[in-house]
Amino acid sequence: MTEFLYYINVGTAFFLLIGMVLLLARLLSGPTLYDRILAVNSFGTKIVLFLAVFALIIGRDDGVDIAILYALMNFIATIAVLKFFRYSALGVSLEDDFIEEESPPVVPRTSRANKGKQT
Amino acid sequence: MSGEFFHTTQMLIASALMIAGVFFVIAGAIGVIRLPDFYTRMHAAGVTDTLGAELIIFGLIVQAGFSQTSLKLVLIAFFLFLTSPTATHAVVGAAWQSGLKPKLGKYKAPAPGEAIVKPKSKTKTKAKTKAKTRRKSPVKKARAKK
Amino acid sequence: MIRSALVLLVLLSAFWLALSGYLDNPVLLTVGAISVLLVVAMVWRMKIIDTETVPYLHGKSLGYFAWMFVQITKSNIEVVKAVLSPDMEISPKLTKVPMPHSTDLGRVTFANSITLTPGTVSVEMQDDVILVHALLASMTDPKAFADMGERAAWAVSDPMLSDPMSGKSVPRKDNK
Repeated sequence: MTEFLYYINVGTAFFLLIGMVLLLARLLSGPTLYDRILAVNSFGTKIVLFLAVFALIIGRDDGVDIAILYALMNFIATIAVLKFFRYSALGVSLEDDFIEEESPPVVPRTSRANKGKQT
Repeated sequence: MSGEFFHTTQMLIASALMIAGVFFVIAGAIGVIRLPDFYTRMHAAGVTDTLGAELIIFGLIVQAGFSQTSLKLVLIAFFLFLTSPTATHAVVGAAWQSGLKPKLGKYKAPAPGEAIVKPKSKTKTKAKTKAKTRRKSPVKKARAKK
Repeated sequence: MIRSALVLLVLLSAFWLALSGYLDNPVLLTVGAISVLLVVAMVWRMKIIDTETVPYLHGKSLGYFAWMFVQITKSNIEVVKAVLSPDMEISPKLTKVPMPHSTDLGRVTFANSITLTPGTVSVEMQDDVILVHALLASMTDPKAFADMGERAAWAVSDPMLSDPMSGKSVPRKDNK
């Protein structure tokens, strides 16, 4: 009875690993930066799932705590990487951005391209 | 007797949920590999992040029964439900603001087989599609300068 | 404001108890109480505590989440069909969806719902319009978006000010 569920869990973990390998292919070959960030984000979600399944396989609840932590860290890491590539810095207040956007001559902020000219 | 029936039902529901979740996760990963364009790949990644992840976690909750572990799993499901669309929106918003153009119109897969190896750079796509961007010309100018 | 602070206090305490699991350890309970009070005091002092700090607390939003789950399942199956078919006939499309919500919470809920539904992703929010990228052209039905917008407004009790189908611009009260 419980052995069947054990095999189901192991199979789920195995297929999650296969999905992670597919995402790694996209991560390595992704033509743009955003493809890579998307792959990393999706990879992180799969790591969360894998940790949760793995915690039930080995029968220790601690893994679920780590999965919670990873779910939070994954989101923050994605946002931080995006912000870093847009502004080349993390200590940029978002309020400045709004003011800048309302000012009449709209200067496009391509990522990293014209960062030095603006600040 | 009834306990055994309960266990069988629990097992069946849990395995059905997890198999369905794994199917969606793998389909999403295949979609991320196969689709031609960043904006379309994002949809495939969204499949994985919403339904696949939630189904697997629901399956684990049914397995764990009524315990502290399932409470934590509910928390994980809640976090993923709230954060995954926000992260997707952040990625696509950043891509849009940096001037990445989506491919629009009908698309068909070229030929079976070489979808993985073939790099399809979107920067090379001619931006003849009518994307209604508010910063179309400035972005183009900036790119031309570069 | 006091009500929101109390709700936040209860929620954080429940969060601590759920994650620690020790209900009879006096040391852990004391540390938990201290950190919960510290967080509430900090949030109070930063003056960011209002209904947006503790949203989604009505029974209505639970019903909305259930409805969303059905929608997610439906459109997921369409996307998976399109992705796994050997021809992979997709027709990506950009559309503008009117967003008549008047509060920030309603706007966020609507945009997040669009992104959560596979096949449609909200690309950019302008004043009262969302730019939506759809994987299949059949998913950009304005009536479906209007229906979802009404339900999202209902879930967070947002007073929608205009007819979602006409897409008229409405003076929006700012939360800032």
